[in-house]
Amino acid sequence: MLSIRRDLVDAIVEHARKDHPDEACGVIAGPAGTDRPERFIPMLNAARSPTFYEFDSMDLLRLYREMDDNDEEPVVVYHSHTATEAYPSRTDIAYANEPGAHYVLVSTRDDDTHEFRSFRIVDGVVTEEEVQVIDGE
Amino acid sequence: MAVEVRIPTILRPYTGGAKTVEGTGDTLTALIDDLESRHPGLRDRLVENGTLRRFVNVYVNDEDVRFLGAEKTALSDGDSVTVLPAVAGGASTR
Repeated sequence: MLSIRRDLVDAIVEHARKDHPDEACGVIAGPAGTDRPERFIPMLNAARSPTFYEFDSMDLLRLYREMDDNDEEPVVVYHSHTATEAYPSRTDIAYANEPGAHYVLVSTRDDDTHEFRSFRIVDGVVTEEEVQVIDGE
Repeated sequence: MAVEVRIPTILRPYTGGAKTVEGTGDTLTALIDDLESRHPGLRDRLVENGTLRRFVNVYVNDEDVRFLGAEKTALSDGDSVTVLPAVAGGASTR
């Protein structure tokens, strides 16, 4: 299960809406070992594509250095699908390299409502999990 | 000639859980061959048909080797190598 603060959910959705129709992507880091997403880090989609996302390689290095220095982990790795459902594609599964992360997908295909779902992707196996949104803070 | 190599979480099963390992080699290819001798299976995760995999980023002293000499990038004693899988995906099924 993913437990996540409402303001962080809102921040992800806002980022996804802002970058629509391109895919938006980012990370929510949290203290190592806590499974608690805390620090919202929107990333640039270097692919600038409606069907693909990739962190810029230098941004990626800076991000991982920073998390290392802060003793953080990428608790959530998020991205948007802008014309399809919020479910991991074959591409998502092939490149999922953080077995400890919650992979959050947001679909912005509908103007008025969005889908917000979370998955574990480990060794090519996708498992959807419940999302518990925490109010307050 | 020792080079320090930072290993990402996903590849730590190959290094017995170690975050950093040491290796030797005067090029990135030679270093990866040296690592493979102690951490079997690692090379295949980094290299395909002799070239670096598209979705694995390797940095030498914080520079992306794609802008240096890719797998032929020269290494010197004391260099620091970082391996990070790309964070990528998307709706396409390419």
